[in-house]
Amino acid sequence: MAISPISPESAPPPYPHRHLLGIEGLSPDDISQLLDLSEEYAEQSRGRGRKLSTLSGCTCINLFFENSTRTRTSFELAGKRLGADVINISVGSSSIKKGETLIDTAMTLNAMHADVLAVRHPDAGAVKLLSEKVNCAVINAGDGSHEHPTQALLDALTIRRRRGHLRDLQVALCGDIAHSRVARSNIYLLQTMGARVRVVAPPTLLPPELERLGVEVFHDMRRGLADCDIVMMLRLQRERMQGTFVPSIREYFRFFGLDYEKLQFAKPDALIMHPGPMNRGVEIDSQVADDIDRSLIHEQVEMGVAVRMACLDLLAHGVREAGAL
Amino acid sequence: MKRTVYRNARLLDPATGLDAPGGLLAENGIIADLGPGIANGATPEGADVVDCGGAVLSPGLVDIRVQLREPGAEHQEDINSASRAAAAGGVTTMIALPNTEPVIDDVAGIEFVARRAREVKTVKVFTHAAITKDLAGNEMTEFGLLREAGAIAFSDGPVGVSKASVVARALSYATTFGALLMQHPEEPSLVDDGVMNAGELSTRLGLPGIPREAETIMLDRDLTLVEMTGGRYHAAAISTAASVERIRAAKSRGLDVTCDATPPNFALNELSIADYRTFAKLTPPLRSEDDRQAIVEGLKDGTIDLIASDHAPQDQDSKRLPFAQAAPGGIGMETLLPLTLELAHNGHLSLPDALRKVTVVPAERMGLPVGRLAPGAPADLVLFDPGRPWRIDADALRSKSKNSPFDGRLVQGQVLRTVVDGRTIYTAPEM
Repeated sequence: MAISPISPESAPPPYPHRHLLGIEGLSPDDISQLLDLSEEYAEQSRGRGRKLSTLSGCTCINLFFENSTRTRTSFELAGKRLGADVINISVGSSSIKKGETLIDTAMTLNAMHADVLAVRHPDAGAVKLLSEKVNCAVINAGDGSHEHPTQALLDALTIRRRRGHLRDLQVALCGDIAHSRVARSNIYLLQTMGARVRVVAPPTLLPPELERLGVEVFHDMRRGLADCDIVMMLRLQRERMQGTFVPSIREYFRFFGLDYEKLQFAKPDALIMHPGPMNRGVEIDSQVADDIDRSLIHEQVEMGVAVRMACLDLLAHGVREAGAL
Repeated sequence: MKRTVYRNARLLDPATGLDAPGGLLAENGIIADLGPGIANGATPEGADVVDCGGAVLSPGLVDIRVQLREPGAEHQEDINSASRAAAAGGVTTMIALPNTEPVIDDVAGIEFVARRAREVKTVKVFTHAAITKDLAGNEMTEFGLLREAGAIAFSDGPVGVSKASVVARALSYATTFGALLMQHPEEPSLVDDGVMNAGELSTRLGLPGIPREAETIMLDRDLTLVEMTGGRYHAAAISTAASVERIRAAKSRGLDVTCDATPPNFALNELSIADYRTFAKLTPPLRSEDDRQAIVEGLKDGTIDLIASDHAPQDQDSKRLPFAQAAPGGIGMETLLPLTLELAHNGHLSLPDALRKVTVVPAERMGLPVGRLAPGAPADLVLFDPGRPWRIDADALRSKSKNSPFDGRLVQGQVLRTVVDGRTIYTAPEM
């Protein structure tokens, strides 16, 4: 079964998956392929002639059942830079009962003949459910507390560009792991690529049996950050700060917020990351967040566009080729 | 006089341990005689003859926990469709849970079910009554009047009564009438927004978990209250290894306590959820393999007295949703027999001991004169081939709802004929 490349000169090897629903289950080769192409797009985006025609004629739909500015914007920009037609659909969680029309929505989208669908939904598994009902490729743009694969890819790309590799790096994920899809995707990706992952959080913010995912668990920032190459902070939702999961913001910041005092326990050249949006003074001190020598937070945003370009490119071509067979 | 002779059967009465070739004579809906002689003797004049072909003839199954959805949600199930499902599953007596709309918390509700059962006239239908009005967990229902009207036991259905004071008073007051309380032990504040067993899998799937301790804590509390009040108590659908331990200890202290397990909790584990399969979203949730094995052990050593289907019909629209939003529950009456027989096929229980848990034990605990092959007992019978293999096909089941967590499973043991009060209410299509 021969697959004819769309443009013989620069055609990437076929990506072996129809959708990108999560990092769990991807091989090191799959991840490298996505990161390598992302790297190319990152360079291209910095130069002139950013607007390409790679996905000319393709339709990308961003379907967001949850509020998001940066992820949606990032997908939108990625699609537009590749020359695709991009449509945003935001379904406010209040306008319809959540999820009630998810399968109906899928049927509607099928009728629109989209090529790639990027979906965010407040329920874990909802994107997978949708992917079973649509004809196009689906990218999980975050489903509940399950996965957020493009975030993990952009984090990995950011680290790789700074450190040259992921293997054997010691990475600490700090904060609300229990409710974080970013944490799960990062754990899978970093471990698959040979990095070692620690989590640091109070037990109330850790999901059950997390150590069975192969991570080291710490409840103390100083011990958890010791000798780390990368410190990745996670956002703590406001409603979880007031006595439900942690007693108060000030107590949380005192013991789990990243400041210079705690950061000195990490390696001297340790880098700081945060998926955003940040709660300054809750999980991260402003000075640390804005430290241009240590903080990669803005670079993460930049890499987000490149990663999403790579994902859209590979999946859209996969769908086209599958359709042409 | 209507007489039927069932000949050439393997008579199996779990109550007495009888397991022998023979026949059975039913007269006017009552078992008149049974034994090896019936197979060979002359047919009584005017009697119908059923050749059993060597299949097992046993008492019909008694399923003590079934959600009928009538009144209130007849698009999911009704007494007629549930009765047909029961008949096809070899269930001759089913006892409904009171979580209908309206809730069965007064005499009129009991009478409604009884009247509908008479109209449908298939299997025997009884109902439990609510422990608290409107299942709200606060005010007790009229235990005495409801008992007189025919309520079997008292239960708030798939929710446990969460206030200790209410449970203490209900257990205590129920002793006046010798009534049995059946609790689904699950502490709601620990369940919170949980939708599956808490553990590695819930962490991987990013779904909020229900810790095993939610079950243990309410069970511990209830057992303490049983000790305090001298009440009668039945724990519904226990699902954890710790619960088996707690019941074992309570029994050794001499408390009037029994419990049951459901087929999902002894035949499946949480891995059935795989990629968010909502048909495997159940109450209590599917647990780990260690828990499943402990439930099997509890069934073997008798700590777990009986098996109930926990039949909970849900329509497609309630299940084809993201996992957290999907309604919990699975249908189970038509698959109760083969899944119970798995315990025998897998060597955990003898065939009569497996059948005890779905016939005489539930009947006796619920105070019903059914579930045994004995002269004078109602001719409620199931004829089945214990070895015949088949594949569960949810779409072919007779419930209005098709939400079986066992869809596609290969099982052994097929119902050939179901008889209630001497009337054949089901015969397998091949016969």
